[in-house]
Amino acid sequence: MINGLKRLRPGWGIVPVLIFLALWEIIARLNLTPGQFNFPPFSTVMVEFYQLTANGVLGENFLASLTRVLIGFCAGSIAGLVVGTAMGWTEKLNKALHPIVSLLYPIPALGWLPLLMLWIGINELLPITIIFICSFFPVLYNTVTGIRNVDKDYIRVARTLGASDIKILTTVVMPLALPNIFTGFRLEAGMAWRVIIAAEMVAIPTGIGALMMKAESLIRIDIIIVCLIVLAVMCLSFEKFFEFLETKMTAKWR
Amino acid sequence: MPSIKLENICKYICRNVELEISDRELLVLLGPSGAGKTTLLNIIAGLTDYDGSVLFDSQRVDKLPASKRGVGYLFQDLFLFPHLDVSANIAYGLKARKQPHDGIQERVAELLHLMKISHLAERYPKNLSGGEKQRVALARALALSPRVLLLDEPLSSLDTQTAKYLRTELKQLQKKLGITTIYVTHDLAEAEEMADRIAVIQDGQLQQLGKPEEVFFYPVNEAVSDFIGAPNILHCDHCQSLGQGVMEASCGAMNIILPDDGNPVRRIALFPRDIYVSETKPPGPEVNRFKGVITSIKPLGDGVRLEVRVGEHKLLAEVPHHIFEDMDLSVGKEVFLILKLRRIKVY
Repeated sequence: MINGLKRLRPGWGIVPVLIFLALWEIIARLNLTPGQFNFPPFSTVMVEFYQLTANGVLGENFLASLTRVLIGFCAGSIAGLVVGTAMGWTEKLNKALHPIVSLLYPIPALGWLPLLMLWIGINELLPITIIFICSFFPVLYNTVTGIRNVDKDYIRVARTLGASDIKILTTVVMPLALPNIFTGFRLEAGMAWRVIIAAEMVAIPTGIGALMMKAESLIRIDIIIVCLIVLAVMCLSFEKFFEFLETKMTAKWR
Repeated sequence: MPSIKLENICKYICRNVELEISDRELLVLLGPSGAGKTTLLNIIAGLTDYDGSVLFDSQRVDKLPASKRGVGYLFQDLFLFPHLDVSANIAYGLKARKQPHDGIQERVAELLHLMKISHLAERYPKNLSGGEKQRVALARALALSPRVLLLDEPLSSLDTQTAKYLRTELKQLQKKLGITTIYVTHDLAEAEEMADRIAVIQDGQLQQLGKPEEVFFYPVNEAVSDFIGAPNILHCDHCQSLGQGVMEASCGAMNIILPDDGNPVRRIALFPRDIYVSETKPPGPEVNRFKGVITSIKPLGDGVRLEVRVGEHKLLAEVPHHIFEDMDLSVGKEVFLILKLRRIKVY
């Protein structure tokens, strides 16, 4: 019985979603929602989705957001990885930087927005910088933790086998820290999308967040929902992509 | 392969340790947990700083880092790299030394064959049994053809059967390769089986260094004697063969029957735990049974130790607690001792 359920599972996941969409459609069509603003049925939202795609509005805004996320996330992750590796590997550096990182890490990325708006101004660099900060600290933190958690005896073994420090770092410590590092990537990939939307709502005139704010001012609930769907799909796919990458790189030995 | 010399080594519990290990010798460092055995291995490997000197073939190696000492080290917990398969684990040191690719492959194949694990080449450590991991770790330690091999309780995590088998193999391998080897253990039987010589370490001090039989039959002090199980040592005045594979050894008033391997017996070691104590005269032939009087009773960790006077000898015998409670033993009482024939050690 349990085996039978397991075999069905991949296809099963879609069923609750279908039920949810059907309920949505019915409730909206029968006008069962309270409040003065209408709640568009799923089919209407899909029609709008098609139109926004066809006239290029969605694509244009989506690309703007995607580019910011990719640049900010990659730059922030690489910087976090490099600084985190240096801190995790060098005790002195860790001692020196750890207090600063501990103070800065808890500040939510959006907390920097007012400051950066004044320093950088409203331009492309602003959202990218926000995403950079939002990716940098968690990746740094997880990298440091990952590296410092590697059992010191592996390092001693490698040393007796004649490996230099740099060799030990690249062939033993980094691979063993990968699961931790990937946790950082995975969490932040989704977080980057959440943050970019918020930043675009507040300060940037283009992107999915900005499109949502425009829709709000025109009371276009269907467009807002289209944007939310895009956001949900992107968060999920980014997280899944890193999950896949992590499995690919570590499943063999974990 | 070099001889190894430790001069005036001090670190943690270790105080002024002086030790010399000959070329191609297998020396067992024997001692209880926390005696400083692993510390000494780490010092020889160069994995920790220390006071004093380590010499390989009369050359000081104190300034050499671990990666340059040419030491193969098998850690107690093995620490196979989990992210590398068996081949890559064995090849690790060769790659770290930037040896040519073809040479590495050849050497790995050779070691896989030597350790009889060719079929495991592509497996990851998580998919290996305890014994298989042991072989891989040993192959990895041997890959760089080390001058010195250090083994830290390498078989302690294995079941008795596998450990026994690997022990024999390890000993043969060590002789075949002729590597100067230091083997750390707290297990007496293991030490006796493996060692060319045994160094007994207690509280960071070298207590005794000698061949296994010297340690067993001539323990230099009470600490060593206690650690090896406080054997009763009897001197034999003479011995004669009785035929049918047995001999009789006369030790003062005690005549002891032993398996006869054709060699004369000078000393007999009887371990207290291998002597049965009976309140009544045991049935059966009067062989290796002796009447005596209890002269002292001392509780130990897992039993009670009796001192029994038999003629001019004072023998120690051990009785487990639960049996002691069922018996009515007191100082001055007459008891019978029965020696377990197969457990008698001779020299």
